[in-house]
Amino acid sequence: MPEQPIRLATPLCDDDVIALRAGQRVLISGAIYTARDAAHRRMAETLSQGKPLPFDVRGQIIYYAGPTPAPPGHIIGAVGPTTAGRMDAYVLQLVELGLKAMIGKGPRSEAVKAALQAHRAVYFGAIGGAGALLAQTVKSVALVAYEDLGTEAIRRLVVEVFPAIVINDCYGGDAYLEARAMWRRA
Amino acid sequence: MHHVKCLPAADIAAKVAELCVQACVTLPPDVLAALERAHEREESEVGRGIIARLIENAALARELNLPMCQDTGLAVVFVAIGEEVHIAGGSLREAIAAGVRQGYAQGYLRQSVVRSPLDRRNTGDNTPPVIHTEIVLGDALTITVAAKGAGSENMSRLRMMIPSDGIEAVKRFVVEAVENAGASACPPLVIGVGLGGSFEQCALAAKQALLRSLGEPNPDPATAELEQELLDLVNATGIGPMGVGGRVTALAVNVETRPCHIASQPVAVNLQCHAARHASYTWE
Repeated sequence: MPEQPIRLATPLCDDDVIALRAGQRVLISGAIYTARDAAHRRMAETLSQGKPLPFDVRGQIIYYAGPTPAPPGHIIGAVGPTTAGRMDAYVLQLVELGLKAMIGKGPRSEAVKAALQAHRAVYFGAIGGAGALLAQTVKSVALVAYEDLGTEAIRRLVVEVFPAIVINDCYGGDAYLEARAMWRRA
Repeated sequence: MHHVKCLPAADIAAKVAELCVQACVTLPPDVLAALERAHEREESEVGRGIIARLIENAALARELNLPMCQDTGLAVVFVAIGEEVHIAGGSLREAIAAGVRQGYAQGYLRQSVVRSPLDRRNTGDNTPPVIHTEIVLGDALTITVAAKGAGSENMSRLRMMIPSDGIEAVKRFVVEAVENAGASACPPLVIGVGLGGSFEQCALAAKQALLRSLGEPNPDPATAELEQELLDLVNATGIGPMGVGGRVTALAVNVETRPCHIASQPVAVNLQCHAARHASYTWE
């Protein structure tokens, strides 16, 4: 039997991050921020102009997600993770500013893994395609920035026991590679 | 006097709108059954937990009328139109586009289409759809809407092989595509393989392969054998559900072959996530 999931509350501190190891299951509660391709490009432009980001990333978690519109009676539509690799180019400058975690799916580059080690940050994988299920963990939604980007706007979600798995920890561990080594058949 | 069946464009638009929502909200029964078989077969505890959540997600989506995945995709529409069908009061193409526009708005589905990769401006209504039309005998019209998300689509690939590469190279190519995709394509996958044809027909055959029911092998025994062999190879990678390890990396591999040039052996791999969403309707 796998170990019980670790409960995490946001914002995260260094102690939270250094306790995590690739392959562990976590349940995240608190505020997380959605941002994907277009929002990252804008944040990078903002930083290159020497301006502050629309939210303070210190200790925070960015969730790579673009939800479907909320139908009547719901606060959000389906909201599962998108492929993280497309945001690889932006990770270093965000973790340098104190971002502690990202949630997405799919492998990260070697440069991202090195940045996680250098700045004590972590990458979580959520269940891709479980958008309806993950929407049930969202307790409130607030627009933070870039409303014109529609689904790609930055939103602050307060989640309760959002399930994820540590994919890349701050020691260079990689759950995807470890899993393949364990389960591959020659 | 030839018999011609008239179908009003407005009826087609209304039905296409329904199909878009149905595809995004209701996982087809063959896919759900394949997930349930995968849940029994998976040996990894974590992997089994993920499959259980995917089954739960499908039930919740249906119950709450929510899309099962936030990537409600590009609408890829397959049309088989009988030669004796006439569309009244508008064009078939515009009727389908109108249906996609209505369905994505009324179903609270995501608008995921930009008008050009150069300016990346969202069209705001998820149009235009991709439409593949086949002209068939008779007076029936069948429309299938497949909602194709980018996570798995981005990891798809095509190669123009040559006959001396042999079928072993095809197998390696398929396994490499799956290995390269890893968790990005949202395994457990459905894998569509097009083998043969011209450059564009090969890619289309791979996508058409995704529409065949899971658990229904290709009627040609040699192709069916290749499907089973590919499934075993892919499941030996150990990638497992959502890439965190296990025995079930794919639910099915469907191969479609096409006649091809004496000098060619094209192969295309169209990856599909576990949310293998499509819905069809036939006007008979």
